[in-house]
Amino acid sequence: MIKKFDKKDEESGSGSNPFQHLEKSAVLQEARIFNETPINPRRCLHILTKIIYLLNQGEHFGTTEATEAFFAMTRLFQSNDQTLRRMCYLTIKEMANISEDVIIVTSSLTKDMTGKEDVYRGPAIRALCRITDTTMLQAIERYMKQAIVDKVPSVSSSALVSSLHMVKMSFDVVKRWVNEAQEAASSDNIMVQYHALGLLYHLRKNDRLAVTKMLNKFTKSGLKSPFAYCMMIRIASKLLEETEGGHDSPLFDFIESCLRNKHEMVVYEAASAIVHMPKCTARELAPAVSVLQLFCSSPKAALRYAAVRTLNKVAMKHPSAVTACNLDLENLITDSNRSIATLAITTLLKTGSESSVDRLMKQISSFVSEISDEFKVVVVQAISALCQKYPRKHSVMMNFLSNMLRDDGGFEYKRAIVDCIISIIEENPESKETGLAHLCEFIEDCEHTVLATKILHMLGKEGPRTPTPSKYIRFIFNRVVLESEAVRAAAVSALAKFGAQNDDLLPSVLVLMQRCMMDSDDEVRDRATFYMNVLQQKQKALNAAYIFNGLSVSVPGLEKSLHQYTLEPSEKPFDMKTVPLATAPITEQKTEIAPMATSKLPEKLAPARQDIYQEQLAAIPEFKGLGPLFKSSEPVQLTEAETEYVVRCIKHTFANHMIFQFDCTNTLNDQLLQRVQVQMEPSESYEVLHYVPAPSLHYSQPNSCYSLVRLPEDDPTAVSCTFSCTMKYLVRDCDPNTGEPDDDGYDDEYVLEDLEVTVADHIQKVLKPNFGAAWEEIGDEFEKEETFALATVRTLDEAVNNIISFLGMQPCERSDKVPENKNSHVLFLAGVFRGGHDVLVRARLALADGVTMQVTVRSTDENVVDVILASVG
Amino acid sequence: LCLEPSLYTVKAVFILDNDGNRLLSKYYDPELYPSMKEQKNFELNVFNKTHKADNEIAFLEGMTIVYKSSIDLFFYVVGSAQENELMLMAVLNCLFESVSQMLRKNVEKRTLLDNMDGVFLVVDEIIDGGVILESDPQQVIEKVNYRVRDCVEEQISLCNELTVQLSDVTKVLQVSSF
Repeated sequence: MIKKFDKKDEESGSGSNPFQHLEKSAVLQEARIFNETPINPRRCLHILTKIIYLLNQGEHFGTTEATEAFFAMTRLFQSNDQTLRRMCYLTIKEMANISEDVIIVTSSLTKDMTGKEDVYRGPAIRALCRITDTTMLQAIERYMKQAIVDKVPSVSSSALVSSLHMVKMSFDVVKRWVNEAQEAASSDNIMVQYHALGLLYHLRKNDRLAVTKMLNKFTKSGLKSPFAYCMMIRIASKLLEETEGGHDSPLFDFIESCLRNKHEMVVYEAASAIVHMPKCTARELAPAVSVLQLFCSSPKAALRYAAVRTLNKVAMKHPSAVTACNLDLENLITDSNRSIATLAITTLLKTGSESSVDRLMKQISSFVSEISDEFKVVVVQAISALCQKYPRKHSVMMNFLSNMLRDDGGFEYKRAIVDCIISIIEENPESKETGLAHLCEFIEDCEHTVLATKILHMLGKEGPRTPTPSKYIRFIFNRVVLESEAVRAAAVSALAKFGAQNDDLLPSVLVLMQRCMMDSDDEVRDRATFYMNVLQQKQKALNAAYIFNGLSVSVPGLEKSLHQYTLEPSEKPFDMKTVPLATAPITEQKTEIAPMATSKLPEKLAPARQDIYQEQLAAIPEFKGLGPLFKSSEPVQLTEAETEYVVRCIKHTFANHMIFQFDCTNTLNDQLLQRVQVQMEPSESYEVLHYVPAPSLHYSQPNSCYSLVRLPEDDPTAVSCTFSCTMKYLVRDCDPNTGEPDDDGYDDEYVLEDLEVTVADHIQKVLKPNFGAAWEEIGDEFEKEETFALATVRTLDEAVNNIISFLGMQPCERSDKVPENKNSHVLFLAGVFRGGHDVLVRARLALADGVTMQVTVRSTDENVVDVILASVG
Repeated sequence: LCLEPSLYTVKAVFILDNDGNRLLSKYYDPELYPSMKEQKNFELNVFNKTHKADNEIAFLEGMTIVYKSSIDLFFYVVGSAQENELMLMAVLNCLFESVSQMLRKNVEKRTLLDNMDGVFLVVDEIIDGGVILESDPQQVIEKVNYRVRDCVEEQISLCNELTVQLSDVTKVLQVSSF
């Protein structure tokens, strides 16, 4: 601890803190006077204070020295000095985990807790319960029961709170005190009421009926403690949530009535509870919002903060409900507490009109440097949401964001800004150039490798397609000269994209590449050499395949396939098409804004779901030799919810086969199912080859059975099929309590819903960052085109979503977003068909009465083109 | 996100001096900053963000913090992000009022340290293991029943000691000047 004399202490005079230079050994030495007779209360008190102070500063006490001091301290119980005795209790609590044999003081404490001195009784109970374990609890049970119903409030409260602490340790013993707690709840003292309610709830919380009854009783009797009211509101809203009670429930009425309580604490708690309820309508919110509105003008900062923070939450879901408070919120944007001002502004940004945006942004930029990073992220998120709402405001936002980017700030903050700018660029083509310029400026002086590589990737993707791509080259090449390996490598990749797309830049890019080939790092050199050679070929198809669109296989899958290949050397060259594809990245970004969620969990790369399935299936001997797993579908439910058996199916597609994995759960605790399999009757010429039954299905332990189906070979266009499914099994009844099954069983079956296989099951999504290049790469050898009329579809959005989900392909170039007020749109889809054939779809949509769609399909295989067109028709 | 009904309201309470040094601190949630190093880092972070402006409430490291300062002392009460801010304020006010009454309105570092035992007892009466035990300062003062130490006597003894030391120094100086 701080024992060194540093300069500052000398200046301020060490006398300002008498405990500043305490030495543990010296204090323990002093503690010997505890053994002197007669006891000197004042000196002993001073030494005990020093010991507690040291413990509080984090000083480490060894077991032996702590035990020694503790035993010496027990002598002080002979003194009748009140403060000294109280400090002894504190020492006992502080040392309970450090010293040995603390139970030595049990009898002294029991004496104090049942004695005549009321001042001692409460604290003695709390100290005693701190050192009591399960075995000793029985011995003091009688005293505890008495103490809970004691007429002295401090004794009763102490006993109740201590019981609550002990619930975790010995629930069964404390549960026996429920009657005493019940009696204490009707005490006149407000704190006793509160503590009794808390203990009762903890004892009964698993019994919903008992909690409901208790709540009913207390809402009628009317407790006086505001704390108890807050607790009841929380219990009531939890009950409402669990029972999914409507807003006509008496529980809701109770919470609403608390909005009229005379304590602000209770009113706020009730308002907050209503706001947090799921499925709350604007009308039900109104009273809660209006009390929060009143709090906005409170002189207490904490109340203003609480109110505006809650209103901010409301604004996320129901911005219109908060509009009424706009005036009050306006007054808060100049609040001296910056947290309140920030929350007020971000709320206004959500509720205000487009016209107020400029003014608010100006206001917020005046103090953004003063607030903590947590709130800065809140601001950035609010801006991000705003850009989606008012795309026309992007120039104001962009300006603001670039200023923030220049300020100091941590990684989280910078990342939020960069993400926000990137999303604006992607949403608004007009903002692309300014956005890229800001990002270029940022990477000139960026200490975060992750952000620099991300931005370089962005520049490579978007830069070549701007009117003046040459201006980005300098920024990118600067990185090659100045940065760490990872950034240099990313810069080389970005450069290559410029060279591939802009013929007039190609010579200069080649010169730069040549320089990069002299880099000190392997990765950078390798990339440069590779791109150099590709670029020199000057072939569009090569550029598309190796520079723009890269590999679409899953990296762990590739690793495994290559490993396998080296284990079994063969004459044939390694075939890239046997490698499973990477499951398409989820492009849908959650824009949900949680202002207070400061989750800093590192984003872990979970093993891809498909890789897990691949391993599981490979472990089953019947499924050998099917080749790599091509695609696994999302689970399909084949039963209604809450039936006897729950079955869902996952469709695994291979090159020429499909495996159906049925995950079954038995929800009957009096049955054991054995030899469970799902019999399938196909409607088309699909052939069921093999069933792998699940040996047994115990109550609530899911297990899987499988069916192997061969896809029709003679007719490659037959991609869709309906299977009628029946689950067959042997039932053995069993004792619901022990799970012991009867000896005999009987066969039974259970009809499941039909299972559909569609064209989407045969296609894997693949993202082509540069669709145009990929389109040229495949060429028009097998191009086909057809026009369809979608009569039932009313909007372009709906049409786009239908096509995407029907074909199960990846929308590229953000073409899944239809700009507003347009009546024509082009959708680009990319995927790989089972067997490894690339397939691209361009769908031109026009909106008239219905939607007319002209579909152009290109693929490396003619059959695939036919399959797609046939299935769309 | 619904708040689990519970009496465990207070996550931590601490009193710092005007350099951000810990004078008293109690953490009630064993999962929150389990090590002394984390605790002191948190306290310093809180202090740096709050000591300049008397704003009453702040949100840091995912915690709601209410605070109050007096001369060279800073009182903090910490609760979870979802906690009712007014409950935390009630605890803070009770702590401050009780200390203030006990120290006869001399809420400053020296007096506080001279009566540290009383301050420990006050905190113990207000919060027990994170549960609000008492929120009325009057009740707290009655329960603690603490008599403020008379500082004058101690100051006299301190003066005496200083005089002795000074005379020693003078002697040494006189000797060395010869």
